[in-house]
Amino acid sequence: MRRPFITVAEICHIQGETMRYIRPLSIEDAVGQLAGSAGTAAILAGGSDLLVRMKGGFIEPDLIVDIKAIEGLSEIKETAEGFSIGAAVPCAVLGESASLKKAWPGVVEAANLIGSKQVQGRCTIVGNLCNASPAADSVPALVAAGAKALVAGPSGKRTIAVEAVPTGPGRTSLAKGEIVEAILLDKRAPRSGDAYLRFIPRTEMDIAVVSAGVNLTLDEQGVVKSARVALGAAAPTVLLVDEAAEALIGRKLDEAALERLAKVCAGACRPIDDKRGTIEFRRKVAGVLARRAATTAYARAGGK
Amino acid sequence: MNFDPRYSGRNFSSVGTRPIRPDGVDKVTGRARYGADFNMAGQLVGRVLRSPHAHAIIRKIDTSKAEKLAGVKAVITAKDLPDLTDGDAGMYDILDNCMARAKALYDGHAVAAVAAVDARTARQALKLIAVDYEVLPHVTDVDEAMKHTAPLINDTIFTEGLEEKPVKPSNVTKRSQFGHGDVHQGFGHADFIVERSFKTEQTHQGYIEPHACVASVSSDGTADLWVCTQGHFVYRQHCAQLLGMEASKLRVTSSEIGGGFGGKTHVWAEPVALALSRKAGRPVKLVMTRDEVFRASGPTSATSIDVKIGARKDGTITAAEATLRYTSGPYAGTWAEIGAMTAFACYKLENVKTVGYEVLVNRPKTAAYRAPSAPMAAFAVESAVDELAKEVGIDPVEFRIRNAAQEGTRSSYGPVYGPIGIGPTLEAAKNHPHMKAPLKENQGRGMACGFWFNFGGQTCTDLNIGMDGSVSLAVGTVDVGGSRASLSLVAAEELGIDYSQVKAIVADTSSLGYNDMTDGSRGTFSSSMATISAARNAIKILRERAAQMWDISVDDVAWEQGHAVAKGDNHGNLGKLSLKEIAARSGTTGGPIAGHSELVADGAGVSFATHICDIEVDPETGFTKVIRYTVVQDAGKAVHPTYVEGQYQGGAAQGIGWALNEEYIYGKDGRLQNAGFLDYRIPVCSDLPMIDTQILEIPNPNHPYGVRGVGETSIVPPLAAIANAVSNAAGVRMTHIPMSPPRILAAIEAEREG
Amino acid sequence: MAGVAVSTTINGDHVEYLCQPDETLLDVLRDRLGLTGAKEGCGTGDCGACSIILDDRLVCSCLVLGAEAEGRRIETVEGMAHGEKLHPLQQKFLEHAALQCGICTPGFLIAAKDLLAKNPDPTEEEIRFGLAGNLCRCTGYDKIVRAVQDAANVMKGA
Repeated sequence: MRRPFITVAEICHIQGETMRYIRPLSIEDAVGQLAGSAGTAAILAGGSDLLVRMKGGFIEPDLIVDIKAIEGLSEIKETAEGFSIGAAVPCAVLGESASLKKAWPGVVEAANLIGSKQVQGRCTIVGNLCNASPAADSVPALVAAGAKALVAGPSGKRTIAVEAVPTGPGRTSLAKGEIVEAILLDKRAPRSGDAYLRFIPRTEMDIAVVSAGVNLTLDEQGVVKSARVALGAAAPTVLLVDEAAEALIGRKLDEAALERLAKVCAGACRPIDDKRGTIEFRRKVAGVLARRAATTAYARAGGK
Repeated sequence: MNFDPRYSGRNFSSVGTRPIRPDGVDKVTGRARYGADFNMAGQLVGRVLRSPHAHAIIRKIDTSKAEKLAGVKAVITAKDLPDLTDGDAGMYDILDNCMARAKALYDGHAVAAVAAVDARTARQALKLIAVDYEVLPHVTDVDEAMKHTAPLINDTIFTEGLEEKPVKPSNVTKRSQFGHGDVHQGFGHADFIVERSFKTEQTHQGYIEPHACVASVSSDGTADLWVCTQGHFVYRQHCAQLLGMEASKLRVTSSEIGGGFGGKTHVWAEPVALALSRKAGRPVKLVMTRDEVFRASGPTSATSIDVKIGARKDGTITAAEATLRYTSGPYAGTWAEIGAMTAFACYKLENVKTVGYEVLVNRPKTAAYRAPSAPMAAFAVESAVDELAKEVGIDPVEFRIRNAAQEGTRSSYGPVYGPIGIGPTLEAAKNHPHMKAPLKENQGRGMACGFWFNFGGQTCTDLNIGMDGSVSLAVGTVDVGGSRASLSLVAAEELGIDYSQVKAIVADTSSLGYNDMTDGSRGTFSSSMATISAARNAIKILRERAAQMWDISVDDVAWEQGHAVAKGDNHGNLGKLSLKEIAARSGTTGGPIAGHSELVADGAGVSFATHICDIEVDPETGFTKVIRYTVVQDAGKAVHPTYVEGQYQGGAAQGIGWALNEEYIYGKDGRLQNAGFLDYRIPVCSDLPMIDTQILEIPNPNHPYGVRGVGETSIVPPLAAIANAVSNAAGVRMTHIPMSPPRILAAIEAEREG
Repeated sequence: MAGVAVSTTINGDHVEYLCQPDETLLDVLRDRLGLTGAKEGCGTGDCGACSIILDDRLVCSCLVLGAEAEGRRIETVEGMAHGEKLHPLQQKFLEHAALQCGICTPGFLIAAKDLLAKNPDPTEEEIRFGLAGNLCRCTGYDKIVRAVQDAANVMKGA
């Protein structure tokens, strides 16, 4: 079946329009195009944030760089060091990777909480990170996991902690021309487990009101050897709460440790009152979620 | 026409069955055309510029730059929609709501519109329109707006309905009062009194299809309008009046409608689209964005309600009183009045008094939403009734049964009831297995009752019999959820033919006489009455034709099960003539056979429901989960029971959303903060359990088949039923809707801290 | 501004079109190709009315650019029936009255088709969470869930 074309003359009459859509095949080309662009440039991976912002008129990019055709960016690679998740891998694919799910169940469950099944088929954890929302679901889990971002830019590649990417709501530390090429996750130590929980008023489709990611490694006796605790929607950026980790390290997950964890997390929050929740609510629930996530992570690490 | 609408018991063959709807295949294949699915050659894209301010004087609008942009074909402001309403205050409000005149009255109020060759050009053009606003103080909260210090939204309004004529203007447009007896005396006889204040936030109907239309005005003064609406005849009247057209020169075709629930009962964008088309000389398509739908269309009232109810030790209510304050947006309404009428309608009361206040606020113009005003009043009253039952020490169902209205009861709003379903729905609820099911930790059960008037109104229907014996039924009430199936069943029933022989359509405004819109649960009630009447008129002709074919007197021809039957001793050998046989000969027996009906469908029987629900509350987060939900409602007669169940389930689901999470959230700047489905949280599939239904059939004496409207009542009890369940689960009385997790957790914490 | 020339496959047919760089696939389907089965309920991926299947992935076509469809495979509601014969999901939606106004129906059908392709025997809970990205305001979802359950049974037997 062939459908009639609409003539170019009919659609290209808008004044002063310079918008371009490109689909580079290499990361170098993408970086070059972004670095060389004159106006507003936007990276398109899943588009679940970008297209919403375009629809709302919040951004009118002059250049849209679709990175999905770049070789390797749509793959999850398992290496001796761990996992490399390409910037164009939809979150649904994370859930379909048995080895990733086994190693980092908390990261995968966080990624699989973003939006609907429809959104899952498009959205990426790199997009979730670079959108720089304090309520991004995958970010607290990634921060707790100690994940790193592989950044490609005009002056080469660098690796930074994921928490160094967002600097505030909608802002990142990335320079012009830089692209987060992949998220790197370490190979799992034995007796490790992670978990992510968020609070939403409905069962699906909401943005986190507050959230918590916990990542633990135990010793042979089930004592917490190392821990990372991160909170989402609790401050302008995702919070890595060292004191919360300290509350767990050196202990089994007894009631006192959990209580201390909840208290520290509630105290560490610097939330706001907004349409999704109140300061008091976020504080209380941050503690509750941290406690519940820690319990799940502990069980996943084989703790009893 | 001597149509007798009274109920007469009969055995049904078609009515009560569950066939597939006539518009079904188109809807599952994507072929059905909704508001935005229609296009005309040369059509332009219309878009509306809206005020970002909650309250502002419009000093000046400069459209010159937008007009100069290539591709822009028309720009309009209020000047292009001059006031032709001739003192009709209600229409003037609709006009001002379509396009602001002196002031922008809410965030989202239309101030200008453009028509351009495509969406992008139209968007750019909007940015080039310069509006000079003088921002005024605003008020969005109902109680704040009533204070004498509140910013005045309209300084020409003086409260109506007060004993003394007010000397100062006010945001309260009207006071209304209902009731009988002496409540003061009644409370004196009470052993227990519950007195509580409640608040409900503003919600939106939340139809998935945004408002959409295509308007085409011709230079000869005629026009066509394709639009998603609950009432195309009403839209025609509105548009014709606002644009100074003759109604008959404007043909309005109702598209398939993607939900309305009361929100598509008056015009918003349609006069704007027509004015743009008139100015541009080309068809204009205007589709609202979701953001516009929330900011500028729809919403229901936000309310503040005080309730006081007293009862004796034996459980008899001695007096009931309520003060109800409802927002109506920036224009006068009668929403509190309706709330005041419905508040105590379920009960038999010797002493009852309700007072309603209509309150102006800087929010969008309030529109009807499924049993408008009743759910909030029921929330307040049924919460207080539950508390009172507890105080008296009687089971809440039993308490309600003792005080339920019945046939002969004088209702709290005046009329005396005929046969009604409140008692039977309560008895059915009491005996339902749901009531006895065990509850787990942190779960609570709640129940509540609800009432809705139902409406009849003007209705016109054509029934045409083709020469092949098939029947086309043209109705004028928009099909919002399966009424073409119900009406086909009714036509088949009355004619005595098979459902498959009938095809029902919704006719446009030029093809049929006037019909009121599909509101007040009237679609199936009133159009089935008109269909029965039309079918009976057709049967009269069919009998005449049969008599002619047999050459006997029409008095000797009866109509039985789709056949003309010769009666009487002399005609024993004539046998029967089927509808098909008579139709086949119609060309030579007098021409086409048809039945028409124009009537005012009076006597829409009132409707009652009782709902039961179980809710689980997470005491650490305030998260709620609906575990089980049961709807019991009187349908009079369920014409297509599956669609009746659908109405019950749909209303319950909307009520659940309202009760738990849906609300308009305004910032201090008076701007709506959650104008989208992301943060205006209607229930998703995983939020709900199966919703069990039980249909009771207490025939409406004023309809030939006993039909009552069924569409609206199901949204009345859920707010209260869920509030009662949450209160039982959390151990604290919830008085503010929606019971969002932060509100529940705060209430639990406050209770803990004493 | 340069229009983007796109060559793609829709419901098994080869289709070519030109679109603007920022034009969504939903707008292309509806306004350029006349495939109005996918609906725009929100334009922000929150209602699912515009659901389509893109290379075996369920997506909101409002969150895909028309330009991205180059070389891809698109399935819409218009491609579900084979001639006169409805897809079992379409048939069961009719039989169960799983639609009232019907505006969400194309999105639900496509989402349910994707769900059953990946999970032919879903539990009620799996159906409910699998369809949570599709809003319905009329039915309370009860009859939709039942229709999907029934269709799953029919399709398993087929």
